[in-house]
Amino acid sequence: MKYNQSHTEYNKYVEIVTPKHSTFKNCLNAFWVGGLICVLGQLIHNVSMEYFDLNKDDAGSVTSIFLILISVLLTGFNLYKKIAKVGGAGALVPITGFANSVASPTIEYQKEGEVFGKGVKIFTIAGPVILFGIFTSWVAGLIYWILLSIGLL
Amino acid sequence: MDYIKAFIIGGIICVFAQILMDNTKLMPGRIMVLLVCAGVILGAIGVYEPFANFAKAGATVPLTGFGYNLWVGIKESVNQDGLLGLFRGGFKMAAVGTSAALIFSYLASLIFKPKITKN
Repeated sequence: MKYNQSHTEYNKYVEIVTPKHSTFKNCLNAFWVGGLICVLGQLIHNVSMEYFDLNKDDAGSVTSIFLILISVLLTGFNLYKKIAKVGGAGALVPITGFANSVASPTIEYQKEGEVFGKGVKIFTIAGPVILFGIFTSWVAGLIYWILLSIGLL
Repeated sequence: MDYIKAFIIGGIICVFAQILMDNTKLMPGRIMVLLVCAGVILGAIGVYEPFANFAKAGATVPLTGFGYNLWVGIKESVNQDGLLGLFRGGFKMAAVGTSAALIFSYLASLIFKPKITKN
């Protein structure tokens, strides 16, 4: 590489070395990886309802807990990264992707200490997700309450 | 039949997110925030409940389902406690997912050591 490259030359170079992705292939992979994770969720849900006599809400909680546990274990064994590499959004969108984004920085930053390493980094993704989730639902709830109060609902 | 619906619907939601990622260069964290907020709003306008009844795990396993849960919690607690419910319901329904993720992740950090991976 020459030192005195022009802007356009540099942009061309960036374009060449940036890995090309085919959107169609990415979508196909996201589809089956995400689909399979949902099937696993459905399996846990059905088993806990049929064999353990749980009601729908409890079965939903059990499903979340098991999916999160599986995802955290896979993250610990460094396997979730591989699933995410193939599945892209298919590994990101399910609750397992959320669990991975909580576990991964917690394991990664343990050298920086219990409080300012793990304690802070554990919320790297969970923080924004919880903040905006809670805030959006608060706003939606406020509108709902107003509509109830003035008798529109 | 549950499994086929879960596979197809769950897959389609992931495809939407993939298209969004490929075309907007949004970071994964932002995608997750968007999905949760979308779930809350779709729940609030009454779309997500019939959708979840149809698609089962295909609608509840993706993060939009987590957002929908937040809305369900808010709605129930507003019905029960009025204005005070606004400050109760969200975390009530988010409790299981958040607690499980935090607790298991912390336990994992006691067991697993960080690995250096080559790309």
